[in-house]
Amino acid sequence: MTAQLTPSLAACPGCLVVPRDAVDETPEAARLALSLPGIHCQACISTVEAGLNAVPGVISARVNLTLKRALIEADPDIHARDLIPVLTGLGFEAHELDPGVLAATQSDKAGRDLLMRLAVAGFASMNVMLLSVSVWAGASDATRDMFHWISAAIALPAIGFSAQPFFKHAWTALRVRRLNMDVPIVLALVLALVTSLWETSLSGEHAYFDAALTLTFFLLAGRYLDYRTRAVARSAAEELAALEVPRAILLRDGVESEVAVGTLSIGDLILVRPGGRMPVDGEVVSGQSELDRSLLTGETLPVFAGPGTVISAGEVNLTGPLTIRATAVGKDTSLHRMGDLVAIAESGRSRYTSLADNAAKLYAPGVHILSALSFVGWYLYTWDLRTALNIAAAVLIITCPCALGLAVPAVTTAASGRLFRRGMLIKDATALERLAQVDTVVFDKTGTLTAGTPQLTNLGDVPRADLELALALAEASAHPLSRSLAQAAREAGISPVEITDIREVPGFGTQARYRGARVRLGRPAWVGATPSAITTAWLDRGDGAPRGFHFTDSLRPGAAEAVQALLDAGKQVLLLSGDTGGAVEAVASRLGITDWVAEALPDDKVEKINSLTDQGHRVLMVGDGLNDTAALTAAHVSISPASALDAARVASDIVLLGQDLTPIAEACEVARRATKRIRENFQLATLYNVIAVPLAVAGLATPLIAALAMSTSSITVSLNALRLR
Amino acid sequence: MQVLTFLIPISLLLGGLGLAGFLYTVRSNQYDDPEGDSRRILNDEWDDYPKP
Repeated sequence: MTAQLTPSLAACPGCLVVPRDAVDETPEAARLALSLPGIHCQACISTVEAGLNAVPGVISARVNLTLKRALIEADPDIHARDLIPVLTGLGFEAHELDPGVLAATQSDKAGRDLLMRLAVAGFASMNVMLLSVSVWAGASDATRDMFHWISAAIALPAIGFSAQPFFKHAWTALRVRRLNMDVPIVLALVLALVTSLWETSLSGEHAYFDAALTLTFFLLAGRYLDYRTRAVARSAAEELAALEVPRAILLRDGVESEVAVGTLSIGDLILVRPGGRMPVDGEVVSGQSELDRSLLTGETLPVFAGPGTVISAGEVNLTGPLTIRATAVGKDTSLHRMGDLVAIAESGRSRYTSLADNAAKLYAPGVHILSALSFVGWYLYTWDLRTALNIAAAVLIITCPCALGLAVPAVTTAASGRLFRRGMLIKDATALERLAQVDTVVFDKTGTLTAGTPQLTNLGDVPRADLELALALAEASAHPLSRSLAQAAREAGISPVEITDIREVPGFGTQARYRGARVRLGRPAWVGATPSAITTAWLDRGDGAPRGFHFTDSLRPGAAEAVQALLDAGKQVLLLSGDTGGAVEAVASRLGITDWVAEALPDDKVEKINSLTDQGHRVLMVGDGLNDTAALTAAHVSISPASALDAARVASDIVLLGQDLTPIAEACEVARRATKRIRENFQLATLYNVIAVPLAVAGLATPLIAALAMSTSSITVSLNALRLR
Repeated sequence: MQVLTFLIPISLLLGGLGLAGFLYTVRSNQYDDPEGDSRRILNDEWDDYPKP
């Protein structure tokens, strides 16, 4: 019905013939979003914008440096894959983002709402403060009353608008019979307004309109800071989710079509090309290839896959095209189920209560009791309801947690801003406080400490003739081992020999003819060698004695520095990996880690972390694979790199945005200092309460003292937080 | 004291203008990219000739 009631946009009667939906579907400019992790300066903005605008079909491009993102309006036939090479050519790393996933952050309604309330509170408090200064300076009688009435006229609507978030939170807490920080705030605001109005109508001396407004202003400032920190984290988290634009090639009656993963259903035939990631759980129907399972199991050696092999979502197809039949799609894939399990485990895990919550729990009842006691005391002493109420209101206003409301948000904003600039993203509000307590760091190997790209280790041991032959064979394949072998050989100045009939056998290796003999480079079983524990590619020279090329994972940049810095800081460092012993030992010895465990199953990792926790250690887990997710949840605090699987990123408290691991050590240090600042801020707030509260209870607090005490404590707390930047 | 009847409304009006200006900047997305905007002033693209 509603659709028919909406007035038509068409101006002429003839246009009404066109159905509305058809009008809406006219091709409009495509909106593309690209993530640009590398941009940092003005020159980058100009280069990127100029480069994108020069592409024919691009209508406009604008870089957002805060979010490190470019938004592009372009003709509908322009795709992100056309633009990424342009930026790569200019020297910028670019990734496509899914605009659908990002849409949620485009309109920042809540933040804008808070900012408006903050502006109104600021405007009102400035004006009321001007009037109050005149009163404090000595305005009396009719003038003072007039100033008070004008203040009331400004303050009542301003607080009615600005303080709504506090009213709402306090009400939701009271409805379930609980106390939170907002209850004393709202009580103080209401009591201050009521007594001030009462005083004004009786032409009394003390009115607290300015105090009520500055209180609202400072607390809103705290709320806004808090919101901004979390908004940055959330938008970056959404960006991470949007990075994987999920598409799959669907085979229907032999016709290939590219569809979104969400539209796949069980039984569909899906083609996965070499280099592609499995979109669903399924079974191989045809084709032979090798699978990279390192993200799921931690093993670095590729696994053979042929018809009948069961595959799960997230594995990477390496050498040959595979046709798979989907057995589980979308939310039912093992990958997603793991993510969901982690989410459940997380909501069930005993929530760490932050320092602020602990403080609030003590604070709210204490303030109310103190205020009630002073009301009763003064009423019994003077039998004057007006005086007693005035003093109770003064106590509530003075003790109101301005500094407490600012202490934690100001510090966490400063700290997470600093870490964000270093490439770390704090997802959880209490992650910093937990990170500060860490004394043991557990690393995963594959994909975390190592980049997952193999490096040839025994180049010097292989005769030159073999290398020339191996290079010729390796250059015919895109397998990661072949590519690494070819690169290493080329760098060593080797040139390939002439070979003929080169053919890549998916799942096995490359084969060719050299001087009449059949030569092969590939899996051990294929060339007739015995498999070894180390990642090895075998060369069969046609004489029956295969030669092995050994590989080891290359370390991630900053891995050695991060481990060294953590050891220097007196932390215990462990390496837990699902990979084979030889590979783990090699990495551990290169990094100077003495304590390592190989071939650890996901359960072993959890068990190890739990036993460390039982011994009283606070564990930081750094991992990226599906086999780490449970361990990430079990640890006190967890970090995962942005290249990790969705499930692992969901499970971790902190996400590393760049390739570099060095910020981990710095994060521990920043977290420690942030916690120290928070404690200092609490001490400052307490100190000022210790001075001001007795004055209020004794009935000596004038609005001037309340305003002074409140502002100085808020400002000192904010300045103290800024020392972290 | 007569002067107050002018000064108070004037101060409120001027403050209100500032508030309205701020609300306008919030509504027109001018706080979306503070980092980038602070760098863009260094852009010399428009220095010699005004933006067409």
